[in-house]
Amino acid sequence: MQPAIRRILPGLGIVAVAFAVIGAVAAAARSTLPASPPGAEPPGRGVRELASQLDAVLAKRAAAAGIEPAAAADDLAVLRRTWLAVAGTIPSLEEIRRFEADPRPDRLDRWLAAILANRRSAEHLAGVLADAFAGTDGGPPFVYRRDRFTSWLADALHAGRPFTEIVSEMVAGDGLWTSEPAVNFVTQAASGGRVDENALAGRVARSFLGVRLDCAQCHDHPFAPWTQGQFEGLAACFAAVRLSPLGVRDSGPAVLRIEPAMAAAGMMPETDAEAAEQMPAMAARRVPPQVPFDEASFTGSGSPRKRLAAWITHGGNRRFERAVANRCWAIAFGRPWHDPIDDLPDPGPAPSADDPLDLLGRSFRAGNGDLRETIAAICSTAAFRRASTHPDLDDTARAAAVTQAWAAFPLTQLPPGTMIAAMIQAGSVRTIDPDSHLLVRTVQFLRSVDFTREYGGGDPNEPATIPQALVRMNGRLARELCEANAFSGPGRVAGLARSNEARLDALFLACLTRRPDATERESLLPVLAAGEPARGVEDLYWSLFNSAEFCWNH
Amino acid sequence: MPTSEPPSTLLPTAIAAACPRRRLLAAASALGLSFLLPPLAARAAARRGRERSRSLITLWLAGGPSQLETWDPHPGTAIGGPTRAIATAIPGVKIASDYPRVAERLAHFSLIRSLVSREGDHERGTHAVRTGYRPDPVLPHPALGAVAAHELPTAGLDIPAYVALGSDGFPGRGGYLGGRFDPYRVFVPGLAGQNLVPHVRDARQERRLVALRGLDERFAAGRGVPVGATLHDHTLEAAVALMASEQLAAFSIADEPAAVRAAYGETPFGRGCLVARRLVEAGVRSVDVTLRGFDTHAANFTGHAAQAAILDAALAALVDDLADRDLLESTVVLVAGEFGRTPRINPLDGRDHWPHGFSCLLAGGGVVPGQVVGATDPEGVAREPERPVTVGDLSATVLAALGIDWQRELMTPIGRPLKLAEGTPVEGLVAG
Repeated sequence: MQPAIRRILPGLGIVAVAFAVIGAVAAAARSTLPASPPGAEPPGRGVRELASQLDAVLAKRAAAAGIEPAAAADDLAVLRRTWLAVAGTIPSLEEIRRFEADPRPDRLDRWLAAILANRRSAEHLAGVLADAFAGTDGGPPFVYRRDRFTSWLADALHAGRPFTEIVSEMVAGDGLWTSEPAVNFVTQAASGGRVDENALAGRVARSFLGVRLDCAQCHDHPFAPWTQGQFEGLAACFAAVRLSPLGVRDSGPAVLRIEPAMAAAGMMPETDAEAAEQMPAMAARRVPPQVPFDEASFTGSGSPRKRLAAWITHGGNRRFERAVANRCWAIAFGRPWHDPIDDLPDPGPAPSADDPLDLLGRSFRAGNGDLRETIAAICSTAAFRRASTHPDLDDTARAAAVTQAWAAFPLTQLPPGTMIAAMIQAGSVRTIDPDSHLLVRTVQFLRSVDFTREYGGGDPNEPATIPQALVRMNGRLARELCEANAFSGPGRVAGLARSNEARLDALFLACLTRRPDATERESLLPVLAAGEPARGVEDLYWSLFNSAEFCWNH
Repeated sequence: MPTSEPPSTLLPTAIAAACPRRRLLAAASALGLSFLLPPLAARAAARRGRERSRSLITLWLAGGPSQLETWDPHPGTAIGGPTRAIATAIPGVKIASDYPRVAERLAHFSLIRSLVSREGDHERGTHAVRTGYRPDPVLPHPALGAVAAHELPTAGLDIPAYVALGSDGFPGRGGYLGGRFDPYRVFVPGLAGQNLVPHVRDARQERRLVALRGLDERFAAGRGVPVGATLHDHTLEAAVALMASEQLAAFSIADEPAAVRAAYGETPFGRGCLVARRLVEAGVRSVDVTLRGFDTHAANFTGHAAQAAILDAALAALVDDLADRDLLESTVVLVAGEFGRTPRINPLDGRDHWPHGFSCLLAGGGVVPGQVVGATDPEGVAREPERPVTVGDLSATVLAALGIDWQRELMTPIGRPLKLAEGTPVEGLVAG
């Protein structure tokens, strides 16, 4: 072979590899969403009836407060909210195009049903619930596998398993945390071969009963009727749990031994009887498993955890269904019906047709216990589909009343994970979903990890901080996503759109799920016209990512 | 006011002779001639010396530093391993021989050798020592640095009042005080702050900001009150102002003399300590600097020797620098980790987690130097140390040394009143 050709061949090889890589990357974000939403039956009559009942309750409240509800929101605005609530991201440009091309009058209902049936929503909801039920701390290494826990939850939700079953497995499950992932609910509180019963008691009460008992760990609750004894009884349900290489089992004695600090410090009186007389709560004592209310239903044979699971989920426990309802409300609206989300007012003597928590709770019990139906009902209400603008929201004196009456859709901050997902989706035009190429999802994951590390957890109830604003404005992820190259959203918008008007529309749709109004066209078209369209597109992507409208759900 | 200097017999004269600038600075502060020192950032920190309001520098030794290989060695015992001990500037007190420079300067410090927490897990232990409270699922506690920033606000400071330098798995947080007391994190200290440089040049950046402001104005129409409550624009403008602030120069060590940079050590942690001094000078209230690598479940002795090489230089240089610049009386320095390590050496020549008697160092501010609190069993048999000091007591001590009332109760968002620290300052450790 001639020397010259020999020199060229490796170069050709490199070029071939490069093309292969480019081809793979170009194919990477291919979506498999078919032409119309799959299996797109609208939600059933039950869901629509429930939605009407909820709207009736809210209408009464608004009327009583003398507030006119806000006008109906644009379909695209509702689509955006639905995606944020259910899928934890915003609709992609191609999803928006297909939605707008859908001529059916009930297209919002159908698209809601479609996204709820999609695996993406199960994964997002599983993440939200895992944070709520198992906390956001790292948890003990090896015995707590959050990834398994979340994917088990996603599978269960996607399969439509009754939520009562899911909760029972979490509370009462046995086995290894890798093969029986439900037990990670318990192992999150693991500590030296056992579990922290107090942490679990508090967690069970907040997650599944909508009650904060935590104060009662150390003394009778200062402003609620819970006693320390009730807390200890609940904790005792977990006293038998032991962790071994075989997993979680109830192999210990089913009684909670309490040795107060005074005993440890050698300050105990001579006998237990004396202690019990002087300071009942200070005596060393053994507490059997018990529940804090409705003791009569804490029956049956089986381990205390199995009895506890049955007690939590049984049909007469209205706190359970109300807690579920409140969480679903928060998933849809970004704010729970009652705040704090895990500390609800006591249920009345009977379910009330004026209390959305009771309406949703009863319906949840009557149906299959599929959380997605409850969420579907909420997202089908007129309240969910109202605008977030309202004339009284410009008036300091009246704004609070509008918010309390749910007369306009509330403004809530996107959690960091959702904001990242939205930025990445907006920056990529094609839909990113479980069918997306692994490369794309890996890149998404890695970028998210870095961004999250710098951005921090973030309490959605609190405004973003200056360091967080700096990450959004100047951080690496923002720079990468705004960059106009062959494969990025900005690059495609700049390259494929035929005019600056079309580019501006595409930008706004990709980021804000709407078109620009006349004033915005007037002030922003010059940005695109100023130099290379690609630069203007990059600039506007940046501005849109940092806008309040992008960072807040509305 | 003169800062306490170690007896001159322990200070190698060669070092003193080689650093005429240091001698001059030391002499200036000793004679009360602080005004001869380089001026502090104009508005942020008006004074030096005792009258200055106090700051906190926390050197966080992540992973659980072994007390036996740092400040509480027990050479020649069954648990001591190969670690030797050296005399220090505090008569009768010895520390591990890997810390000669700290030993020379130990008279600035007090030691606590009997810290106890009930948390043997890294995340929980870090929370316990950083906040003085056990982790609570319902109420996130603020780190000491956040408490200091909250209780002692600084006027005219553009930089965030609580800064965390270095990479840390479990950084301090603002907790129930709010996200604005979360630390501003700079992962690689010494070059610049974090995320302060816009992606594009001035004219383009200005165009971007104009477009952004227009978008936000339109968004507020019909949503004025809730949008105002988001503080989105307020935060944005504050971030933009910070990006243009002159005080940002504190994050860069480029204009520090080479000798100073060499003294701290050309390591990320060493640079971090130098940045910490600069930040405190600029008026920042709390700075955390993290050094990782102390979690030596295997090869404990070689691992700790490597860490000592970094920490000894940086800590000694920091204390010298603060003293020379007349900042030691107004800067509390805490050197601590989440727990200690087991007296028993495991089969991998390592030590495991031990929250039942571990050590920390305190210096500066209202700390009374030269004290040693508590003792651990040289045979490693007794589990509890003598004179145990809880994490709540440590918090109270640090807050008292900062001049903060540790018993002040704040109403937390869950309706529970909570003291800034549960515990009491260790007797004899805080002046006044």
